[in-house]
Amino acid sequence: MADLAIAPPRQEAAPEGAAQLRHARMLSVGARCALPVALLLGIGFLAPLVAIFGYAFATPRSFDVFTSFTLANFATLFDTTNTVWLSFFWSCGLALLTVAILAVVAYPIAYGLNLVFGRWSALISVFFVFPLFVSENVRLYGWVLFFIKNGVLDGTLKWLGLAGGPEVLYSPGITLFGMVYTYLPFMLFPMTLGLALVPRDLVDAARDLGAGRLFIWREIELPLAMPGILIGMLLTFVLAIGATAEAKILGGQSIIVISHDIEIAFTYSQNWPLGSALAVLVTFFIGALTLFALSKLDLDRMLGRR
Amino acid sequence: MLQTTPAASQSAEPPKPILQLVGIRKSFGAFTAVDTIDLDVREGEFLTIVGPSGSGKTTLLRMLAGMDTPSEGNITLHGQLINDVPPNKRPTCLVFQSLALFPHKSVGENIAFPLKVKGVDAAARKARALELMRVVRLPENYFDKNVMKCSGGERQRVALARALAYDPEVLFFDEPLSAIDYKLKKTLEKELKDLHRETGKTFIYITHSLEEAMVMSDRIGVMRAGRIVQIGTPEEIYGAPVDRFVCEFVGEVNTLKVKRGPDGAWQGVDVPGRFTLAPPRDGKTLDEAFVVVRPEFMRILGPDESADNRLEGVVYNEYSLGSRIQYQVRVGAKVMLVELSRGRALPASADRKVTLGWDAADAFTLES
Repeated sequence: MADLAIAPPRQEAAPEGAAQLRHARMLSVGARCALPVALLLGIGFLAPLVAIFGYAFATPRSFDVFTSFTLANFATLFDTTNTVWLSFFWSCGLALLTVAILAVVAYPIAYGLNLVFGRWSALISVFFVFPLFVSENVRLYGWVLFFIKNGVLDGTLKWLGLAGGPEVLYSPGITLFGMVYTYLPFMLFPMTLGLALVPRDLVDAARDLGAGRLFIWREIELPLAMPGILIGMLLTFVLAIGATAEAKILGGQSIIVISHDIEIAFTYSQNWPLGSALAVLVTFFIGALTLFALSKLDLDRMLGRR
Repeated sequence: MLQTTPAASQSAEPPKPILQLVGIRKSFGAFTAVDTIDLDVREGEFLTIVGPSGSGKTTLLRMLAGMDTPSEGNITLHGQLINDVPPNKRPTCLVFQSLALFPHKSVGENIAFPLKVKGVDAAARKARALELMRVVRLPENYFDKNVMKCSGGERQRVALARALAYDPEVLFFDEPLSAIDYKLKKTLEKELKDLHRETGKTFIYITHSLEEAMVMSDRIGVMRAGRIVQIGTPEEIYGAPVDRFVCEFVGEVNTLKVKRGPDGAWQGVDVPGRFTLAPPRDGKTLDEAFVVVRPEFMRILGPDESADNRLEGVVYNEYSLGSRIQYQVRVGAKVMLVELSRGRALPASADRKVTLGWDAADAFTLES
């Protein structure tokens, strides 16, 4: 925000000095426009981050932020007797599986939205967006009611005289299901956009040059849709690695994910410095991973713009 | 097949047809885009289908390439019915209007694409691609160049080389030169004609520009409202148009409406005077007709010059067409066009009142 505009010398401002100097000190138009959002981000995003970073180096189980400095919190986390690595493993594993499953599930839907559903596409898109209007927790409790013993599924099957539904609730599997369900729109829409960027001419041309469906998909459609697909993957991965509600509500705490660990540190155990240290580690991990992924993906080159 | 002039049928036995269209129709709902077309495409010819936008020429081409199926009629290639053969199973290739180059592939990869489809190994692919790059006059060091960084003309060449790599028997072109500037277009037109001669393949070209068609084609088919109204050599289309549409499509023309007077002589309807006209080509006896005179056959008569037909008028505008000058001459309520070579231009001081004249043999008498 420090880019002070150098005012162009103006003919009509004859007396040099005060007026011209004041003009030069004024922020450029761009800087002035960016001011509100800069303030908002500074207070709402940067300040908490700095506070967390400060707490991460504070004396454990204290509130001596910025007045003490210790690496004890990190030492605790890297202590192998601590089970935080298991939470980390669950979070990463579930996030990776979510991304993988979503990629396979969302691709046909995205393809359909672009090329098959025709005028129904808009309506179908709305169906995928609609659940986002309802709180995630409410939706997850809805699934609990669906799968719970004597719930919608089990109860209906028993009423029909069948053996009853499977006991799937409160397991890692149902946690994964919940994550796939929650993050589907975040994979679907970037992917749909990516597929929409593939000119149909190119597919026609490839076919005309003798290529079969699979060859066209591998050589033309997939590479050209890749930017959208990768952005969807990155988005869902980052969201999924920070997910807690699925593991708590559907998974019934059968597994503890990393963000749940952070929450426990801040609430139940009242150890803000430990929670902060963990948050800092996770933030750095995700940040590094994202930057690495983005550096490897040259979107312009993929689209042939460079 | 539409054989319009005796001249064409007198020529030596035409080469056997490679592609035959019999009664081809294509409707989209109530709209008929292509309406009963019969066409024989001769092996090795350069055939151009020309027509205004919406005349159905692109639909026709898409059916030939296999991207659309005809609603009625048969398309045969070497006598084999190919109506339902998909584009990837036809020995034909289309150069798209958009060129449809693969933006994520290099020039070389684009050209080698059909070879990769066929499973040719990488070394052989590269060798063949380089060979084709020489054919279309692309420098060898373009092999690894990003295709989107190439200029418009270079992209044309890449698209052409890629089509040739497929080694099709028939090449289709859907106005690939429409977005190219005039000078480059002229160069590419001539190169395309050279390429046609060198490869000996059958070319079917689609354009709305008759000028483009005239330069390149062995035969031209003129399309209107889903039908081929005339097909013939460029000379036949220019020299013996079958109707007013073809006539006007070929270039700016003067059209005069005439009718038979009580004595049987032709009289002008919108300009006064009696006219001596050539009989209509199809030998019909008409009571009303249109006379069409090309501006280059219209003359400005000197005091001692004569012509079969004369019109008095006033020059009110002139345009330079480069080597020629076009005069707009008001004759009554009509505006007639006259084109003179620069050497014969009217002197600036000349009387703006002129006498126009043309000979019956230089005009067409058409039914409508």
